[in-house]
Amino acid sequence: MQELSMNLLDIAQNSVAAGSKLTEITVLIDTARRSLVLRIADCGKGMSEETLRRVTDPFYTTRTTRKVGLGLPLFREAAETAGGKMTIRSKEGVGTTVEASFELGNIDLPPLGDVPGSIVNLVQCNPELDFIFRVESDGETFCMDTREIRGILQGVPLSSPEVALFLREYLEEHTENLLKRSNLI
Amino acid sequence: MKSLEELAAIRDRMKNIVNTREADENNIRIAVGMATCGIAAGARPVLNAFTEEIARREVPHVTVTQTGCIGICQYEPVVEVFAPGKDKVTYVKMTPEKVARVVSEHILGGVPVAEYTIGAAQR
Repeated sequence: MQELSMNLLDIAQNSVAAGSKLTEITVLIDTARRSLVLRIADCGKGMSEETLRRVTDPFYTTRTTRKVGLGLPLFREAAETAGGKMTIRSKEGVGTTVEASFELGNIDLPPLGDVPGSIVNLVQCNPELDFIFRVESDGETFCMDTREIRGILQGVPLSSPEVALFLREYLEEHTENLLKRSNLI
Repeated sequence: MKSLEELAAIRDRMKNIVNTREADENNIRIAVGMATCGIAAGARPVLNAFTEEIARREVPHVTVTQTGCIGICQYEPVVEVFAPGKDKVTYVKMTPEKVARVVSEHILGGVPVAEYTIGAAQR
């Protein structure tokens, strides 16, 4: 993956597949502590202890169509390469939280990349599900909740290209200054 | 800066178009492969480019959505176009630059761009 925002999109797709009706995606940036945290928290079906133990093995997947599952291994690899780690908490019937930490300024830290693009992709392609997107950057916060947007749209689907285009520009404008603090050298 | 109030104006403008779009039996579905393989190969900018092109041209009867890994990871980003009454068309190794041509010739013109399809790639 060239950008961490691609990992974010990829891992959030697992939440969608797990039937999560509300998924919270958080980007935490703390430049003083040189810390970047990406968190995907869902209320999907969760994993058994057995699955949880094997889930970062690239040759383990619950899918029956193929024998590899690379999403979580790649995310863990990205975190560990950049001075951080990935943790997974999961409970069957409750949900799963995947959290990866990274050291800001680490030479092997991939760029965050197009985070708004990833969020809008998720929302647009899963218009019946809800997402909370939160950025906390050095004490400043931005938050978008699709339930609020759904209220404004009054039946116009979140999958409409025109709505997706607006959301993309809206997110870009509101998060650009917060997210660019991750480009710490 | 954009505010969510502007969304209300878009909603009012879209209401009529959207209601026909979802129910329309002529609805064309553009599905972009968004599994790990697709994302890593650059599916996200392709999906965004389709969204922009469809919105910008105000194409009424098209939905842009995602699909999983269909097993041809070496050809990602893969885009499938489902038009009613026609065979599915599979585009491979898609890029944002190829999107405008697919929209104008295939989605609007009804003629698939043969050179971008999996048939051409396998030859």
